[in-house]
Amino acid sequence: MKTVTLAILLLIGLTVPAWAEPMLINGAGATFPYPVYSKWFDEYAKLHPDIHINYQSIGSGGGIRQASELTVDFGATDGPMNDEQLSKAKVKLLHFPTVMGAVVPTYNIPGVTAELKFTPKALAGIFLGTITKWNDPEIAMANSGVKLPGNPIVVVHRSDGSGTTYIWVDYLSKVSPEWKEKVGVGTSVNWPVGLGGKGNEGVSGLVKQTPYSIGYVELIYAAQNKIDYGLVQNSAGKFIKASLESVTSAASGAAKAMPADFRVSLTNAPGDMSYPIASFTWLLIPEKIDDPKKGKAITGFLQWMLKDGQQYAPGLLYAPLPKEVVAMEEKAVGQIKY
Amino acid sequence: MAMFRRPGVSPADRLFRATVLTVALSVLAITGIIAFELLRNSRLPIQKFGWSFLWGTTWDPIKEQFGSLPFLYGTLVSSIIALLIAVPVGLGVAIFLSELAPRKVSDPIAFLVELLAAIPSVIYGLVGIFVLVPWIRNSLEPALSGTLGFLPLFRGAPYGVGMLTAGLVLAMMVVPFIVSVSREILMAVPLSQREAILSLGATQWEMVRIAVLPYARSGIMGSIFLALARALGETMAVTMVIGNRPEIKLSLFEPGYTMAAVIANEFTEATSDLYLQALIEIGLVLFAVTILVNALARLLIYEVFTKVEVRE
Repeated sequence: MKTVTLAILLLIGLTVPAWAEPMLINGAGATFPYPVYSKWFDEYAKLHPDIHINYQSIGSGGGIRQASELTVDFGATDGPMNDEQLSKAKVKLLHFPTVMGAVVPTYNIPGVTAELKFTPKALAGIFLGTITKWNDPEIAMANSGVKLPGNPIVVVHRSDGSGTTYIWVDYLSKVSPEWKEKVGVGTSVNWPVGLGGKGNEGVSGLVKQTPYSIGYVELIYAAQNKIDYGLVQNSAGKFIKASLESVTSAASGAAKAMPADFRVSLTNAPGDMSYPIASFTWLLIPEKIDDPKKGKAITGFLQWMLKDGQQYAPGLLYAPLPKEVVAMEEKAVGQIKY
Repeated sequence: MAMFRRPGVSPADRLFRATVLTVALSVLAITGIIAFELLRNSRLPIQKFGWSFLWGTTWDPIKEQFGSLPFLYGTLVSSIIALLIAVPVGLGVAIFLSELAPRKVSDPIAFLVELLAAIPSVIYGLVGIFVLVPWIRNSLEPALSGTLGFLPLFRGAPYGVGMLTAGLVLAMMVVPFIVSVSREILMAVPLSQREAILSLGATQWEMVRIAVLPYARSGIMGSIFLALARALGETMAVTMVIGNRPEIKLSLFEPGYTMAAVIANEFTEATSDLYLQALIEIGLVLFAVTILVNALARLLIYEVFTKVEVRE
């Protein structure tokens, strides 16, 4: 009996933590950067056991909404907030780019094994439905030596609202005035043609299964699943294959013209080596944090993320921020008041 | 109130009555709250589009033009296809299991059918994508357009995904409901019914048709409603195979979209208030359609029943 009591007492003693409850910081938003964010929050918790960051990957829309309503301590989004959304938020929100991702065209043409090259005109035409056959001169011109069939093109796009779609259509509307006018930019759009697949896996599944189809997926997804993807012509006229280097190069190219609030689109960025369909993903942090302890913890995390955290990005196939951008952001962290 | 004051009812009984009454009323309350909340949270699109939301065919989140007709059409058509396939198949299986098969065969099959009903819908979706879609694209759709191509229903390019595929996957999902409930109902038909008609020299088919099915009609209808309700609301499996294109096309080969699917797909990333509320209004329309379809089906049964009684 004595041993049992002792055991119970011991158990109780063990479950009561030796230090005070860790401070809980809640965040919510984008799903695209979730793997690297959860890695960061894990690593940061190891260094600072008194801070626990809890992140819900509910989607960019939810992230913007909850950050604006102050129901979370910070939000995250794959597309920057527009001026109207910013003005509606209960508190001024600052954008902090964290890592970069890219979106790549993937296709399935029986009999074609070569890596296809796509001009901006070809991609816009295909997704607008004005280019309907694989042997269209606009595609054939860039791919001399590849025997393209005359079959109709089956377009596949995301059916769920997503940051991936945002980057893709942001690019299309930069390179095609017709796209900009007819369709526009958003996480879901009114697609002129095509089938919808749910998630990266839905799109790549449909492309794999449908002969003569083309779709778009995240670079990370394509790399992890060994999906072949095509090259895209950048603003300098070069055909570039998406990679961590070519994505970081796009950000360096854009860094010169970086606005102070970091709300910038990296698509069609200048630079010979820049891959044109790339984007930042952002954290949304209130400019004024009421709880000083929380403010200190959040800015502390941001500083760590910009310096030490970046090293975890390439391992998870996210392109790390270029130095110029890190320097600008480190300054911006100082704007946060608490 | 009278039933509460009946003499001889013990306090325990009264408590029991009050408890079950509360539980029963809570169902009503939940339905009411859902309807109210859906209505309250879709004020913006109701003000902006009014009734035209119901017949609008454009769904453009960028230009903020929202109409629910393509989704309404997709939901109804995919569910109708599903029932057209699932009702004969499900009833056939149920009749075989309850009337013809020996117990040794019927018990394991009935068990397997109930197992089918427990499979999560995402699994049906995966089966749809990886097994049904290639088969439909390479075999079923070319065969259908070859033989029935004179009908506008079976024309167009065979994508594999589309309305027909969604209907087939839904049929697969609702058959277990029909079988499982109908079998129980058929087994509950008194043996005397069967003995009576058999003693008049009826064949087994005549026995099923004249003595068993009419007796079990309302229960069978109930199983079909359950199937219909599941088909109308099914989200995951449908969105994986329907093609997710908000368009109204006569051909069943063409991609479509359903109300449940668009809500699930776009809700998380809906950034503007009008957009979000338009999605909630889709939910409201789905809610109304479900109620309407159920009411219509009940009316239908009522009609059938009165006719049967007149004939008898």
